[in-house]
Amino acid sequence: MFLKEYIKDVYSGVKSLLIGMRRTGKYFITPREIITEQYPEFRAQLSERFRGEVVMPHDEKNEHACTGCTACELACPNGTIKIITKFDIQPDGKKKKAIDTFIYHLELCTMCNLCIVACPTDAIKMAQNFEHSVFDRNTLTKKLNNPGSKIREGIE
Amino acid sequence: MFSLQGITNGIEKWLHNNMSANMALLVECAIVIFLAISLFAILGLILVLMERKVAAHMQIRLGPNRVGPFGMLQTTADTLKLLLKEGLTPDGADKFLFNLAPFVIMIVAMLILAPIAFATGFQIWDLNIGVLYVTAISSISVIAILMAGWASNNKYSMLGAMRSGAQIVSYELSAGLSIISIVVLTGSLQISEIIESQRNGWWLFKGHIPAVIAFVIFIIAVTAETNRAPFDLAEAESELTAGFHTEYSGMRFALFFLAEYINIFIVCAIGATLFLGGWMPLHIGSWQGFNHIMDFIPSSVWFFGKTFLLIFLIMWFRWTFPRLRVDQLLSLEWKYLLPISMFNLLLMTVVAIMGWHF
Amino acid sequence: MYTETEIIKDNIKAGSETDLIINIGPQHPATHGVLHLIVTLDGETIKKIEPHLGYIHRSIEKMCESLSYRQFIYVTSRMDYLSSHINNYACAMCVEKGLQVEIPRRAQFIRVLMSELTRIASHELWWGAMAMDLGAFTPFFYAFRERETINDIMEETCGARLTMNYMVPGGVMYDIHPNFQKRVKDFIQLFKSKIHEYDELVTGNIIFQNRMKGVGYISEEDAISYGCTGPVARGSGVHCDIRKLYPYELYNEVEFDEILETGGDSFARYLVRVKEMHQSIRIIEQLIDNIPEGDFQAKTKAVLKLPKGEFYTRAETARGELGVYIVSEGGATPYRIKFRSPGFSNLSALEHMAKGSKIGDLMATMGTLDLVIPDIDR
Repeated sequence: MFLKEYIKDVYSGVKSLLIGMRRTGKYFITPREIITEQYPEFRAQLSERFRGEVVMPHDEKNEHACTGCTACELACPNGTIKIITKFDIQPDGKKKKAIDTFIYHLELCTMCNLCIVACPTDAIKMAQNFEHSVFDRNTLTKKLNNPGSKIREGIE
Repeated sequence: MFSLQGITNGIEKWLHNNMSANMALLVECAIVIFLAISLFAILGLILVLMERKVAAHMQIRLGPNRVGPFGMLQTTADTLKLLLKEGLTPDGADKFLFNLAPFVIMIVAMLILAPIAFATGFQIWDLNIGVLYVTAISSISVIAILMAGWASNNKYSMLGAMRSGAQIVSYELSAGLSIISIVVLTGSLQISEIIESQRNGWWLFKGHIPAVIAFVIFIIAVTAETNRAPFDLAEAESELTAGFHTEYSGMRFALFFLAEYINIFIVCAIGATLFLGGWMPLHIGSWQGFNHIMDFIPSSVWFFGKTFLLIFLIMWFRWTFPRLRVDQLLSLEWKYLLPISMFNLLLMTVVAIMGWHF
Repeated sequence: MYTETEIIKDNIKAGSETDLIINIGPQHPATHGVLHLIVTLDGETIKKIEPHLGYIHRSIEKMCESLSYRQFIYVTSRMDYLSSHINNYACAMCVEKGLQVEIPRRAQFIRVLMSELTRIASHELWWGAMAMDLGAFTPFFYAFRERETINDIMEETCGARLTMNYMVPGGVMYDIHPNFQKRVKDFIQLFKSKIHEYDELVTGNIIFQNRMKGVGYISEEDAISYGCTGPVARGSGVHCDIRKLYPYELYNEVEFDEILETGGDSFARYLVRVKEMHQSIRIIEQLIDNIPEGDFQAKTKAVLKLPKGEFYTRAETARGELGVYIVSEGGATPYRIKFRSPGFSNLSALEHMAKGSKIGDLMATMGTLDLVIPDIDR
């Protein structure tokens, strides 16, 4: 009786090991199952919602939609965004608040998307760029508005 | 037909014609040493690459593919990196033993190379107790591991070394017993005679079920003896970080790493010699045409083919199974492998005496 | 100050001369993070385990006190980063409880779907990592293949793969992606076609079973008294699934089983997690085709202010019960936040489980506890 149990033990043990080996062996001989992507040649197509970096889109006339309301600055939990405003003198002589510099600290950003949600004019959005490595961390502090850009007409 | 024996005989004849017998022996020694060392280097590079490729394909990955075509120069680059790295000796370590251990493990691996027949008549030293010599020398490697673990003055290293001591000493028993069961069939300890006895068929097929059992036990036992997963308790990455070579770095680490792969090659070569007929081509009974085609393949190709098949099997184990616990490791040996192999030896003796084998 | 060296010295004093004190961690392949265990050994046998925490303490609770009710949710993704969705979920529910807003039904569906996907992803990673703790490397890659599919779904809908910050007070940040339903169904197909490999490679393996069965035993009473929750407690037969006991949102409408195993050992905890993956698939299958039309977010004010008082909610994360406790003084930021994280209580039972076993068993037990160190330290 003891011997029977013993042989049964050995048999079932060896069988379970062979089942596992069959599985890995199967993958060894089917190279089409390989799922790795060759990175520098093949860059993943990220979906349009992927949050990689905050950018401010400018149109062809070098105009953006940012009014300088600082809603994003207030919404940001990390102090990633800093907005410096100035007053433009408009043709009719009135003073109007506008942004001077939109400073974005990529090194502090956690891509939580709260600034994008907070923006009333959709002036900023998330870009799908994910290769952020640089040699100098100062380059991660970015100025989002292009030089010489101004606010688009009709955006309050 | 290509034959290594022709080359060696030619060299020997030329040396003896041109210089005295002693001088010729010295030159032959130098050639052998050079060949052995270059074999080590090349085997190390090939086996490490092979392991990484096998692992990658089992893990649905591609493996190294950047350095050279198909990543073939990856291991060379790694070796260069290890050569350039600083080899640290910990402050509290026993400096002499710490530095000696990697060399001991390499020397042991080199010594076992002596009686292995790589091709027809291509053998460093065909001594008449070849199999005994191999089992005797291979048990020295445990000393190097204990030395490394003890001298490192690191608790992980010591635990790993102690584990490996218990493991290698116990698994040598069943490895030895399965080797003996082939010796029983052959009636000789000489490697060349063991190969010669398989001219009409390999022992794995000729020796009925006892030979198959002996082969399985041999493979399990040598996997344990070479500290390979699932028996890699001496290293046990997730438990002891790196076991006995935790404190080693640079080229001394590389020597341990290399020795592991050389040991695998050697035990697989022994396995191929004993069970799969060494450099003997595959012959099937009376199929004259088939046998003739098989004879046409050079004997060295047969030997390396069989050895690499066994190496692949051991790699397959490593990338499939989880690791055993230390007490389970010992109970597997003492409760399962040893009784089975003792019984198997008895069976084999009966087979040999009654002449039931083919 | 009670420094580390003093603790070690005390340990040396307390133990006999043959004891071997070994530091597992803060950098160790098996701790999956910066957990530090001071283990007293007698040969290979464990006599005492002393966990040391705080290597990744970021004072998340204190940080939350200076953030508004919209802002603090993203920080909680960094606690149990493998089930960050459910962390965010619990926090959002707590804020909603204070605001007393009604969540649109569509948002509830999306939330539950995302939670269950996160749970599967977390269990997949645990499965691979635990097999790696036991020395089998290959399962890790098979688990990641399926997990990657979930991450891709998350990336498409939420915009991030791990720390999504998709839950906001009042619903979810934006509507699901048009491809969402199709991709989830594809995932279910893939999962069902691959799940048998898990059993072939790991569950049925004789070495694995020997390593797991009878190891790290904890009884039902002990599991309760140590405060274990989640799969750890359910492996000992404690009826503790928050989704069943205190169903939040949709969980009382969907059909699923609470997995209970009575073994109490590592193998029971393993089985609980593997079977939970199937139950999560079951929940997803019930919901995925029936997502109602409607808003994905309730109307809330721009600046959220909770009324004065204390609010507590709990949710079942992949590791157990996560409790969120907010004390509000009526302002725009919480006065005090406390998280009851599952990992911390589960870790406290480690010594009880692993005492007297071998070092290899400690790794197996730690693997089945599924510890996420940032969740323990916060």
